[in-house]
Formats: sequence, C-alpha cells, structure tokens
Amino acid sequence: MINQSLKNLSQLLASKAMSSVEMTQTFLDRIHQYNPSINAYITVDEEKSLAQAKAADASIAAGTATVLTGIPLAQKDIFCAKDWKTTCGSKMLANFIAPYDAHVITQFNNVGAVNLGKTNMDEFAMGSSNETSYFGGVKNPWDLTRVPGGSSGGSAAAVAARLCAAATGTDTGGSIRQPASLCGFTGLKPTYGLVSRYGMIAFASSLDQAGPMAKSAEDCALMMNVMAGFDARDSTSLNHPKEDYTAQLNQTPFSQPLAGLTVGLPKEYFAEGLDGDVAKVIETAIVEYKKLGAEFIDISLPNASLSIPVYYVLAPAEASSNLSRYDGVRYGHRAAEYDDLMEMYMKSRAEGFGEEVKRRILIGTYVLSAGYYDAYYLKAQKIRHLIAEDFKAAFKQCDIIMGPTVPSTAFKIGEKTGDPIAMYLQDIYTIATNLAGLPGMSVPAGFSNDLPVGLQIIGNYFDEARMLNVAHAYQQVTDWQTAMPKGIA
Amino acid sequence: MEWEVVIGLETHTQLKTKTKIFSGASTAYGAEPNTQACEVSIALPGVLPVLNKEAVHCAIKFGLAIDAEIAPRSVFARKNYFYPDLPKGYQISQFELPVVGKGKVTIQVPAVGKNEAYEKVINITRAHLEEDAGKSVHDLKSGGAVEGMSGIDLNRAGTPLLEIVTEPDMRSAAEAVAYAKKLHELVQWIGICDGNMQEGSFRCDVNVSVRPKGTTELGTRREIKNLNSFKFMQQAIAYETQWQIDTLEDGGKIQQATVLFNPDTGETRAMRSKEEANDYRYFPDPDLLPLEITEADKETVRAEMTELPEAMKVRLESEYALSVYDASAITSSKEVADYFERVIQAGGDAKLAANWVMGGIAAKLNAEDKSIAESPIDAVVLAQLIKRISDGTISNNAAKQVFEAMWSGESDVDAIIEAKGLKQVSDTGAIEAIIDEVLGANQTMVEEFKAGKEKAFNALVGQIMKASKGKANPAQVNVILKEKLND
Repeated sequence: MINQSLKNLSQLLASKAMSSVEMTQTFLDRIHQYNPSINAYITVDEEKSLAQAKAADASIAAGTATVLTGIPLAQKDIFCAKDWKTTCGSKMLANFIAPYDAHVITQFNNVGAVNLGKTNMDEFAMGSSNETSYFGGVKNPWDLTRVPGGSSGGSAAAVAARLCAAATGTDTGGSIRQPASLCGFTGLKPTYGLVSRYGMIAFASSLDQAGPMAKSAEDCALMMNVMAGFDARDSTSLNHPKEDYTAQLNQTPFSQPLAGLTVGLPKEYFAEGLDGDVAKVIETAIVEYKKLGAEFIDISLPNASLSIPVYYVLAPAEASSNLSRYDGVRYGHRAAEYDDLMEMYMKSRAEGFGEEVKRRILIGTYVLSAGYYDAYYLKAQKIRHLIAEDFKAAFKQCDIIMGPTVPSTAFKIGEKTGDPIAMYLQDIYTIATNLAGLPGMSVPAGFSNDLPVGLQIIGNYFDEARMLNVAHAYQQVTDWQTAMPKGIA
Repeated sequence: MEWEVVIGLETHTQLKTKTKIFSGASTAYGAEPNTQACEVSIALPGVLPVLNKEAVHCAIKFGLAIDAEIAPRSVFARKNYFYPDLPKGYQISQFELPVVGKGKVTIQVPAVGKNEAYEKVINITRAHLEEDAGKSVHDLKSGGAVEGMSGIDLNRAGTPLLEIVTEPDMRSAAEAVAYAKKLHELVQWIGICDGNMQEGSFRCDVNVSVRPKGTTELGTRREIKNLNSFKFMQQAIAYETQWQIDTLEDGGKIQQATVLFNPDTGETRAMRSKEEANDYRYFPDPDLLPLEITEADKETVRAEMTELPEAMKVRLESEYALSVYDASAITSSKEVADYFERVIQAGGDAKLAANWVMGGIAAKLNAEDKSIAESPIDAVVLAQLIKRISDGTISNNAAKQVFEAMWSGESDVDAIIEAKGLKQVSDTGAIEAIIDEVLGANQTMVEEFKAGKEKAFNALVGQIMKASKGKANPAQVNVILKEKLND
C-alpha cells in the first residue's frame, strides 16, 4: 500500500478496501517506527490526524469525496496550520501554535486530505541539507549518513521513506527540487504566484513558492489541482484560470508521446562542477527522451553563472526584513532576562535564531544599508532581469529545458556545514528559475553509487501541465519513481 | 541682523476608511486595546498585506483636489526599524515613487496687527500612502497591567495614512498655521479624513530653520514632531524660531534634530540624538505589486467629487456678490458652505445669509463649542427669518430676539414674531402720527436740527423708535422724518 500512487490509494478508499483511518494509522505506525532514525517530522499529532481521517471516511461514505479525500499527507512546517505547532525549523517559533490556516492548508482541508504532521526543514527554509534545523538534521533514507537536501528535507525524507502518501514543500532557490533529486522522487516548483503564499512563513517573498513533493508526476498533478489557484489574500497570487493538471497526462499515443517537443540543454548546466556520474545519468535520461520523440538542441543561459551571487543578495535582503517581526514582543522566543528594550531584542534574537539565519540577516541588512543599496540590491535586481531575459530567449527556441537538478548526489552529514559557499553551490542549477519566476521540476532519473539522481525540467510560465506530462511520459517507460530505499519496506 | 524663518510641513492624515490599509480589521477609534488587531495587524508569521482600494481612492481625491500629478505607477516600500508598536519590524510606506506628486494649496493668511490679510500658494512636494504604527502605552496603572511595564495596543497598527509633504514655502508661524488649517479643512471637505486632532487623525510635523533675511540658502532644520493643535503649532514655531535665532546670534550652531513641544512649558526640546541615527533600509515591498492608477480611475473619482472650496469661493463671489472675506469664511468648511447654500435655496437673501451664518450662528456655535451640523436652527428656518427681515416685517434688532427664541428651539418664525409683538409698523399714517407727536414734544431738538446740528436728527429717530416701542420701520421713519423737518 505504501508505495501506491495517489490515484490507487484513492481507489482503495473509494472501494472501501481500506478506510482513511486505517491508511492514516499505517502511516502513523511507520512514522513511529522510522522517524526516530530519520527525523523527518517535527510534530505528529495522532489525535488530530485520525479525527481528520474519520471525517474523511464519513465523507467517502456520504459520496462527497474527491480524489485526495482521506489521503494522508505531510505538511512542511513552514505552513501555518490552525492549532498545530508551526516552528519553521526555528527555536524562535519552537512553541508557536498557529491560530490560523495557511491557504495551502485550507485547500487540503477543504478536500478532506489528512494532515499527518509537520515536517522538518532548514531553519526558516535557509539551507540545502536540513542541517540548520533547530530540531536536528534529517537523514537521507537512502543512506542514513547523508543529508536529504533542503530546505524541505523533512518532506523529502518522508516521501522517500514512505512516511506519507505525498508532501508539500516550498522552494526559494531549489528547496523542493534539490531534496527531490537527493531523495529520488518527483518535486515541482510552480510558476511564482500560482500557489498562494498566505500563511506560508516568508523567507524571501519574491522567490518563495510552494509546490508538491510526491513519488510521481501524476501524484504531483493531483496535488497541484488542490494547491494552485488565485487567493485574494496574497497580492502576488496570479489570477490564472484553474487548470486540471492531470488533463494532459496519458492523452498522447504511447509509442512517441513527446514527438514534436523541442528540449533545450543549457551548456552552462553541463559545464565544470557537474559530477561525472550524475552527468551520465542525465545523458541516459536524454537517450530515453529521444526514444519518446523529443528533439534536443543546445541552448545557452549566459547569465546563469550569476544566479548564486544575485540570489545571495536578494534573498537575504528580503529575509532580513521578513524576519524582523521575530522580536520577542508578541509571540515566539523571548529572552528570560533583560534590562531594557534593546537588550530584550538583542538577546531574544541572538538566542532564537541559528547561525545560518543570522548570517543571512547580516548579509541582507548590509546590502540594504545606505551607501550599499545601489551597488548590491539594485545591481542584483538588474541582473535578475537579465536572467529572466535569458530564459525568455531560450523559450523562443525550445519548449522545455532539461539538465541536472543538482551537480552531485547526497553528501555526507557535516560535509559542507563549515563551508557556506560549497553549500550554496547545491542550488546552482535551480536558483535561476526562482529568480525568473519560472516553474521547475526534479524527476528521478537513476542512481549514482546507489544514490538517487534527479533530472531537472524547466518550463515556461504556466507550463506546469506540459512539464508534468513530459515527466509522466518518462515515468511510463522508467520506474525510478517507485524505487524505495532499503530497510524501510 | 534680520532673520527669516523657513517652514515646511509633513502632515499625517488618517484616511476615513472602514478597514485598515492592508487588512480587513476595523479602524474605529477607541475600542478596547488589541480588539481590532487581526492576524495581519499583529504580524503573525505568514500573513500578507492586501491594499485597501478605498485608501487609494482617498489619495486620488486628494491629488485631484490640489491639482497634483497622480503617479500612474507608484511603489510601496518597507521602512525597516525596530519598535515594539511596529509589529512587522517595518512600516509599509512609499519612498521613491509616491502616489501623489507636486501640487498646490492656496492659503489665506489672516491680518495680524498692521499686517493685512493676504493669499499665498504653498507648493506640495508629494503625498504618499502608508500604514500607521500601534501605540505604546507607558505608565500603566490600570487595566490589570503590571505597573512599571509598557503595554502595546495594536488597534491603530495598519490604519491608513496619507502623509502630505510641503516645500519649505512658509515664512512665518501664521503662514504655517494658515496652511495647516487650510489642509485640515480641505481633507475634511473632500471627505478623506475626519479631521479629529484629539484622536490623532491629523498630525503635523513642522520643519523649522532660520537664515539671514535676503539669503537663499536653507539653514539647518529641526523638526517639531506630532503637533496636534493649531495653538500648539503657533506656540511651538514661535518658540523654536526664537531659540534658533538666539542660538545663532550667540555664536552657536544648529544641529539637525527632532524636537518635541511641551505645551506646559511652551518650549521645544530635542529628543535624544540616538533615535536620530536611523538607516531605514528602504526597499520595494515584495509582497505588494506596484500601484497602478489609470486615467479612467482618476475620472471615476473626479466624477464623484463635489465642488472644491476654491471653486466654490469664486462662485460665491460672483454669484452672490459676496466679499472675498465672506466667501472664504463660508467655504472654510463643507458643513458651513452647505448650510449657507441651503439658506439661499430656501429663499434667504445672500448678503443677509452670509451675515447671519458668519455672525449670529457662528458666535453661538463658538460659545457652545458646537459644529454647524449641531445647530438648533435649521437652514430653512434661518431663511424664513431672513425673509422677514428682507420684506420689512421685522427690524434687525427685532430679528435678534427672534433668533434667540429660535436658538432655544422654537422654529415657527412668524409665530415668534406674533407672540413677541415684534412686527414693524410700516403703515405710513401710523408712523406719521407718532412722528408728529414726538416732534411736538421735542421742539428744542427740531430747532437745533434746523440750526444745522445733524446729531439732533438721530436723537429724534431714537425718540420716535422709543415711542413706537421699536416697532416702527426705521427706514420709513427716516424718510418721513426728513420730509417733515424739511417742510
């Protein structure tokens, strides 16, 4: 059951072969069994989850269920969920119980999905290994000595270890796709503005985007049907007509389902820095895609190399301001002792934030300061525009862009914690899409030394349905998405 | 040396919207602390701002009212600083691209001493939308709070403000106060602000500097913060100006500073300079899209707007032949202007209406600290009284008695005249009889008049009015008396 697609799980429930309570309990039992070693979840609340499952069973019995009714899902602990502890992986919010639901949570509640719990993450989504979490690192289910990636590391490990049917994540510079690549499943970062950010704790507002993390493209499509949609409470939410993301799946003839599709391979994504074994996996995937009828051309994204420096100006700038609300005045961590207001601020924030968060607040404060703003912030905004222009030009030549998601496979825990720049390079292929606001996916494409490798698929704005179909066609002829780590079955 | 003071104002105008600028929380004043603080007002993790269109509407109205440039695209920026009543750790404001650009406000500076009244145009630099902060309540002694601690009330956090900034165009406290009053009237006239200064709906920061008269370079300014009455503004500017002149004449230098006015001592004093050294790290708010205003948006608002005070003033001058003084006094507030026009519509003579509105009514309202909306005399009733003066039924003096009765709540003008027996005697025969009687009894005065003593005429009129118990029509008395004396 645990390795079934969302569609099959839904059929199990619809046919009454299994109740949502039973299904939920199965996943809760697995969480009890495996979470102590993997640490994918920060908060599990059986009572709440089972109550939702019971309500879902009633809805199924009443015939009012939809596809995801009663399906147990994991929610990244960045989404406020009413009456759930919502920590964002930080000591600052270690005891914060959200009094309201994020839009994404409301959407899942409305279709009767079951919330299995809140998953671990890098503190305030700042990190690529889940090692900055106040609640401890998450272990990669494929090799417990390795990181699952980040920042959505808890959701990634939960999907990979089958501790949930599917999960949500957020992606500011690669936080859905990089862990999807490192943990061997399918993850989608939608077009910026497609999924409302309301109730999703902000890291870098102009880059943050929520998306699905699930075994297959089809599962991601079903999740997207629930998550995407206009929300008036988010001014950057796009008023894009509601789509059925499963509509394009399986509609083309099987022999050459991708005939007519032009795929661009950016030369910058296959240059120095890419691990040779990872490159081989990607090349094999390309061969498979050619069989499916896709045509490949070489393209260039000349400003792609500037993505990381631009990102590490803009994201910290926004973060430094977004995180100012954590001041110990109204909620969150407040220092036990202080003599005056200034000391209360300084101690509360010094104690409440971890190293990486502090580093980024400092960088952000610096680049916004009088005298530096033009040289850093404004310059970075200009380059951001150029990066978006690169993609615009590329999409005149091709329909889809492909490349590796991450330069290498999952690295050892502690390997990069002393070297922030090496850690930042994990996102070298994913950040540009956030800067441009484009949708990007990671699709499992094979293994290198028994560790998963992800293929990245980048589409034009609102091209999620097509991207999902491109991934789906590949997943019809490969089975990487159903591979499970040893020792968790 | 002769000095010149240079003054510019920044006014925080609280917009009259039902809900906050970036959330649906109520803006009503005076609720229990933190009962109007929704998740956005408290800045919970994950909340986002959504711009209140009504606030934009107000900004457009103001821009049109001062004939300003209204930006087709303006940008909300974050002003970053820490303070306990600023829940997000930043204020959403507008920095580089404000919604309203350059405009003009014409002020009437009243006569002071030997200086005559004059008009002056004050240039507006910009007006931008922003959110208000909450309130820090120090010295808590009640409400269950712990003594010695500060309380935070976030009811006001997120209330929409339009900050209106002038050029340094004013050259005296009188000009600054005239501008502040004019702006205060204008924002109420166009219905964007309730103007309640006690509740902080209209707060002025005044930038003051001095320079030797005849020079053009600006001196170093000090900013007097949060003045919430015109009287305090006058006092604060006067004190600050003199302080700066004294400092410079003593060989001192002015340091740029923020100062507070103490109404008890009448003095201004600089706040600690530590609070000055702020780098607000402004940057465009990524949670909000740029604000776009089209020509069509402006036209929609323009169509809803009523006549502006300047236009109405000019119309009153030409349509009713009112003096500049009367016209500007009547257009000093929308309520007064509307009242005046209703008196005229009900048939009241314009000149008399102006006199009564600016005279009797204003004096009564002033004495009882009431607005014209609270006047016990309806415009239609006042018009009735004026008609009775115009048609000669009662004299001006008698009208005052009728007015008193009306103020006390009686509304039937003719009934009052009847009851008090105030009807003028306009019957020529009756008046002639009284005059003959008075002339007969006052032959000495008649002789004096005939000998060239003009005063005797007035004395005779007085006697006649007395004899008629004030009811004789004075105009008729004058004419008939003159005829008889000249016979």
